[in-house]
Amino acid sequence: MAKTQVSFNLNGQDVDVLVEPRELLIHVLREQLQLTGSHIGCETSHCGACTVDVNGQSIKSCTMLAIQAQGATVMTVEGLAAGGELHPLQQAFMDEHGLQCGFCTPGMLVRGYRFLQENPNPSEEEIRSGMAGNLCRCTGYQNIIKSIQTAAAALNADTGSQAE
Amino acid sequence: MIPPSFEYHAPGSVDDAIALLSQYGDAAKILAGGHSLLPMMKLRFAEPEHLVDINNIDSLKGIREEDGEIVIGSMTSENALIASTLLQEKCPMLPEAAKMIADPQVRNRGTIGGDISHGDPGNDHPALMLALDATFTLAGPNGARQVAAADFFLGTFFTALEADEIMTEIRIAPQAANTGASYQKLKRKTGDYATAAAAAVISMSGDTCQSASIALTNLGATAMRASEAEAVLVGQVVDEALISQAAAKAMEICDPAEDLRGDAEYKTHMGGEMTRRAIRAAMQRVGGN
Repeated sequence: MAKTQVSFNLNGQDVDVLVEPRELLIHVLREQLQLTGSHIGCETSHCGACTVDVNGQSIKSCTMLAIQAQGATVMTVEGLAAGGELHPLQQAFMDEHGLQCGFCTPGMLVRGYRFLQENPNPSEEEIRSGMAGNLCRCTGYQNIIKSIQTAAAALNADTGSQAE
Repeated sequence: MIPPSFEYHAPGSVDDAIALLSQYGDAAKILAGGHSLLPMMKLRFAEPEHLVDINNIDSLKGIREEDGEIVIGSMTSENALIASTLLQEKCPMLPEAAKMIADPQVRNRGTIGGDISHGDPGNDHPALMLALDATFTLAGPNGARQVAAADFFLGTFFTALEADEIMTEIRIAPQAANTGASYQKLKRKTGDYATAAAAAVISMSGDTCQSASIALTNLGATAMRASEAEAVLVGQVVDEALISQAAAKAMEICDPAEDLRGDAEYKTHMGGEMTRRAIRAAMQRVGGN
């Protein structure tokens, strides 16, 4: 099967890849672009470990063809930290013990990043429904919710100080 | 898991997409949100030689009002339904139900037209469309035709959509005055299909039920209208006894497949319970309560 060139922006950098139409975005990110932060969990769009940000929306990259990313802006967990500094959400997951085995964490972080932009001041209930597409097989949900609450407070304090 | 090989097409217009479907016939499948089709391809339940990706056709997206009708583009995502103030105001059952479909990530990709056209009795929009008396615009090589939801769902994974047609629009009348609607869905967990679900649209004239529209999800080979349950309510002052009679009529048409969600008896029972809850909730909402 002929390969097609696909160009998109990945974590701020333009990338070109040659893909077969049947290749899924998660496989191209991990195997061609060597960004192995996004994980392959269930491969059936249930678990959310493969969650990445495409054009400002959270999506499950196991259920999108890489060829569909043509011209898109894609962010993976590798794009969160900037200048050697953890993103406030990553820091909050560390501080609040928001991970145990860590397998679901990349998806949790990327979904949490987008969720806090959609809803900067979420209630616990809103966090639960906003993060419902990400499963934690350690069942560490309580600390994941605390992490997101802590990150929301940190991000809002940042925005506040910038506004002053 | 990787899907089998196929040739990929990404037309920019409905006409181009129809031309591709006409050319490749049964060898082609339309790729909408992909959250039913791609998993089926991974499992080799579907092996289309050609995928016609309609995600780049902007005219298929969006929600508007036209000639007193709500018109929803078939490629409108579930999250766009939830966010629509027009729907929240004029067809509130749809955003309410969309919140119960899958999860936030899937709702960014999954579309109303894909959900309807797939013909899966476990999908939620078919029963909603039946209860709302929706009409679908199906565009093909000889132009567009309108098909009522009542005539669309022919069997499991079998609809009135021909291989060279695309569903372009869903048309729904805005919710009438003195009307309430509710979708009640029992599911085991986020992202699961319904164990049983029921949609009810009830119009009242004073204390009397003027019209009732009830439809069921995942309780038979297709979504289905519970006409005899509706007839129990219409023209009556509806009390709990009558609601139970209507639920019993709904249960009579249930013929669910046994699976990990439960056996046929349990699912049928839950179908009755969801019907009861949907009728009660719809009635409570009449008059904007």
